[in-house]
Amino acid sequence: MARLVKLFMQIDNIKEAHFVRNRIAEENRQRENSAAVRIQSWFRGCRVRAYLSRIHRKATMIQKTWRGFKAREHFRQRVKTAYFLMKMNFYNKMAVKIQQRWRGYYVRKYVHNYYARKRYLEALTQKNEQIRRELEELAEHQRKERERVAMEREEQEKYVRAQRLHFLLSTKQCPGVFNSPFRPEPDEMELRLRRVKPVRTMSAPKESWPMNQQPSSYQHNKERLPPIHNTPQGPFRPAVEVQQQRYRPLEPSLRVATSITALEEAREELRRQEWRTRLIDHPFLPFSKAPNKKYEPLLHAASPYQQTEYGTKHFREENRSQLETKKLFRRVFTTCHVFDKFGRLYSNTGKTV
Amino acid sequence: MSQRQVLQVFEQYQKARTQFVQTVAELATRPQNVETLQNAGVMSLLRPLLLDTVPTIQQTAALALGRLANYNDDLAEAVVKADILPQLVYSLAEQNRFYKKAAAFVLRAVAKHSAELAQAVVDCGALDALVISLEEFDPGVKEAAAWALGYIARHNGQLAQAVVDSGAFPLLVLCIQEPEIAVKRIAASTLSDIAKHSPELAQTVVDTGAIAHLAQMTLNPDAKLKRQVFSALGQISKHSVDLAEMVVEAEIFPAVLACLKDPDEYVRKNVTTLMREITKHTPELSQMIVNAGGVAAVIDYLGDSKGNVRLPGIMMLGYVAAHSENLAMAVIVSKGVPQLAICLVEEPEDHIKAATAWAFGQIGRHTPEHARAVAAANVLPKLLNLYLDTQSSEDLQVKAKKALKSVLQKCTYLPALEPLLYEAPSNILKHVICQFSKVLPHDSKARRLFVTSGGLKKVQEIKAEPGSALQEYINAINNCYPEEIVRYYSPGYSEALLERVESYQPA
Repeated sequence: MARLVKLFMQIDNIKEAHFVRNRIAEENRQRENSAAVRIQSWFRGCRVRAYLSRIHRKATMIQKTWRGFKAREHFRQRVKTAYFLMKMNFYNKMAVKIQQRWRGYYVRKYVHNYYARKRYLEALTQKNEQIRRELEELAEHQRKERERVAMEREEQEKYVRAQRLHFLLSTKQCPGVFNSPFRPEPDEMELRLRRVKPVRTMSAPKESWPMNQQPSSYQHNKERLPPIHNTPQGPFRPAVEVQQQRYRPLEPSLRVATSITALEEAREELRRQEWRTRLIDHPFLPFSKAPNKKYEPLLHAASPYQQTEYGTKHFREENRSQLETKKLFRRVFTTCHVFDKFGRLYSNTGKTV
Repeated sequence: MSQRQVLQVFEQYQKARTQFVQTVAELATRPQNVETLQNAGVMSLLRPLLLDTVPTIQQTAALALGRLANYNDDLAEAVVKADILPQLVYSLAEQNRFYKKAAAFVLRAVAKHSAELAQAVVDCGALDALVISLEEFDPGVKEAAAWALGYIARHNGQLAQAVVDSGAFPLLVLCIQEPEIAVKRIAASTLSDIAKHSPELAQTVVDTGAIAHLAQMTLNPDAKLKRQVFSALGQISKHSVDLAEMVVEAEIFPAVLACLKDPDEYVRKNVTTLMREITKHTPELSQMIVNAGGVAAVIDYLGDSKGNVRLPGIMMLGYVAAHSENLAMAVIVSKGVPQLAICLVEEPEDHIKAATAWAFGQIGRHTPEHARAVAAANVLPKLLNLYLDTQSSEDLQVKAKKALKSVLQKCTYLPALEPLLYEAPSNILKHVICQFSKVLPHDSKARRLFVTSGGLKKVQEIKAEPGSALQEYINAINNCYPEEIVRYYSPGYSEALLERVESYQPA
């Protein structure tokens, strides 16, 4: 309570003080407000800057990581392409080497083969030599033949002339035309005349009996008959051919060669063979292992197929009632997934750059 | 008058007719009497004698007519105009073999002069009668009929076609197989005349299987037969590749090469013609002939023969060399170039020279080796002379120029090119200089030789328009040498030096 009384004594001071304070406060309100605002704004700024720097750092870190990742990826890709290019260059160089060798070989062997051409030309020269030699020989041979024939003809002519002039031969008393006494030697014609046999005229033929080998009685008995034809005959076939034709052996055809009873004879022969060879009349049949043998009918006898009547277009058995209950033949099926991924696999083997 | 006297008159007349006709026939053998006979009107007198009752007079009259018509074509036309031919054709079918021979002789004598006369002979139906007489037994009749057919078919394609259409072919092929040489000869010559006109006719000849018979007959010793056979084979093979191949398949090579040494020069000529016709088609056929040694045989033939008959041999070598460079090298290796050079020099005729020039062009145009072989035989100056000679014909000049050009474009053999520098006209000179400009930059010995032989001097003297190809080549040559040498050899250098001497002021 004392406090209360003290307080009540100071009410007016308090009131005054209150108003003074209010007045002072009111005067400083603006200043203090702006100061407060400034402090607040600085602090807010600090906060925001701190926040911004934080998120900058964070963003930088993200970007840094991302860039590093991307760069390494890019780098790996470049390494791959560099490696690939290196490989391809190497392969190309090797392929060029192979192609060089192949082209060289091919051209030298098939397009322009120097050694084959050389061999061919050498062989051709030899062949030419050979042909030239042979032709020369042939020409020489033919020339000799002609000369020989001409000489023989000349010789023959001279012989005939000498024969016709045989009376010009010189005698002991009187030298002939070709045997002039003023020359040291007789002429060639004279020598020929001495050697020649005179021409035989158409006198009666002398009997030179070494020529006729047959006895004379046979000759006298053979009378010459008059010729059959008046006109000249000919041309005749050569005698050998006529002989061959006349005495040609018979070559009968198969039909002619078989006798008329060939069929019966063959049957008879077959029967005799059977009679001969069959030793056992009632063969002993062993017991069969499967006593109850199921009878298997012949396929021919079992099929229902017989001669169909005229006008049937199809040969299938048609059981209409059975066919109606059947389901239709399926033509479309579900797809099979074997080839879905064909060409779309992720592996890059086989793809060119 | 008694019967005998009457008959005597007739006998006298017959004797007179016989004598007249025989004398006329004898006189007609000599050409100087023919004019007089013609003026005396022998045609109109002989014509009724053809219808005479006595066969001998008919035959002799026909023989006389034939000899007259044989002599010149006026008389042959007179025979045609006097309507003698239908009578002859009619009697060809009827009469005996002597008359047939004489009638065929007349037809042949008329048909041989020109195509119109032959057409007149065909128009009066002679072909059927001749074909019938080809079936006769007597070889003389067959020969006369085949000869007449040959002369008809010789002129042009339609007449040959008419002969073929009349069905003469199988009979002619039968005639070839006859044993008599004369019939074979004439049949072969007829086949040759028919086959020469067109490929279809040649095909007809081949279809009847004549090639096998002709091939067999090449081994016959008779020279005239061989002439005709080879001529026939040549005419068949000239038309197309298939026909040539068929002729070759009859296996005539290499047996035919033996006939190149035959003493008869027309046989040799026809063999060479046959080989030429075969080689001109394809390289394979030429290759076959070269492999059989045909080129060597032909070159020897060229050496042995003289004159016009060399022409097919030269052309054959040209055709062989034209196909490929292998074959051209084969010709060179068989020593063809020296032989052809001899032919070029020896032969006086222009067409043979032209053919030789063409053959050289074909041989030398393939590669520098070939051109060197041609140039080494000293052929190029001769070709140049032929080209420049004003007396040579157009054809020869053109061929010589083409051959020169084609050889020069491949020639790198400089010693042979140098003589050409001096004489050649500008269009040839261009090629020569071009070759020099190709070779000189690479060969120092050749450069030295070029200078010492005076070639550089000559090159400087050549005037060429600036910018033309010739000037470029000259520049290329000048670039191979140091400048002093070029200036030394350029014309007017000595004057330039002397002027410098004059204007020099001694110090």
